Amino acid sequence: MSRVGVVVFPGSNCEHDVVQALGALGGRAELVWHSETDLSGFDAVVLPGGFAHGDYLRPGALARFSPVMNAVAAFAEAGGPVLGICNGFQVLTEAGLLPGALQKNRGLTFLCEPTTLVVTSTRSVLTRTATLGAELVVPINHFSGSYVCDDATYLALVERDQVVLRYRDNPNGSRGDIAGIANEAGNVVGLMPHPERAFNALLGSADGRVLLEGFLASADDVAATRVDLVAAP
Amino acid sequence: MEYAVRVEVTLRHGIADPEGATIERALPALGFAGVHSVRTGKTFALVVEADSEAGAREVAGSLATRLLSNPVIEDAAVSVVGVA
Repeated sequence: MSRVGVVVFPGSNCEHDVVQALGALGGRAELVWHSETDLSGFDAVVLPGGFAHGDYLRPGALARFSPVMNAVAAFAEAGGPVLGICNGFQVLTEAGLLPGALQKNRGLTFLCEPTTLVVTSTRSVLTRTATLGAELVVPINHFSGSYVCDDATYLALVERDQVVLRYRDNPNGSRGDIAGIANEAGNVVGLMPHPERAFNALLGSADGRVLLEGFLASADDVAATRVDLVAAP
Repeated sequence: MEYAVRVEVTLRHGIADPEGATIERALPALGFAGVHSVRTGKTFALVVEADSEAGAREVAGSLATRLLSNPVIEDAAVSVVGVA
């Protein structure tokens, strides 16, 4: 079975939710403290939501310099599945692993509410098992979730099919209604909504399941490759 | 030598500034007419040890680009304001 590492920065607060959700869906997830410099035993990595390093300066600005981030960058470079949720998305953009930035919400309101997402690409480790065009109800919980980038970056994102999720009704002023994007290879994904808070109908929605299951399938693929390598003569 | 340095970080032209817009909307109610184009930013005050003013500026410039600002959305201006 694959192993998913869930990075804990000082100030992260959604790491246990992610571990529980992935566990409930049959995955095996473990917490990884941000001082860790070796992620070689993991098949996928999650940067969870929260307020890493207090969100001082800018969300993600200090987390980017946590020791674990060099390992996350190397893991991503090698094609490993990396998922940044909310604050984790902000960290990935600050680290340069995803393009653009997350700016304060339009209207300066902290938003904590269910949103309806539209799956706009299935070419990513998160959306691979979702249906193109499907609508998913997943909650958001953020103050700085308005996605911004320059024109050239936006055109490139669209051209290369990197916009994986868009809001049906834009809650925060994100450019192009963007809720989540992938890197060009599709193995690094960041999104502001919290799929781990929507994996069971008891939470109000189970629509996040298909996303987390896709991510676990991506981790399993990596694990399968690992087994093959071990089994090779 | 120790140099007192200021780094001013502002949102790049074209990047929405919801804080600035909110402040601007409050101005008429406070009786300020004829004030517009409000933009917000952050100022950092640092003391930099360096051999020269140019050296201090270089260190602060690198710090401003790598940490104090996010070049995707922000500009950073460095000024050496004196000897600390």
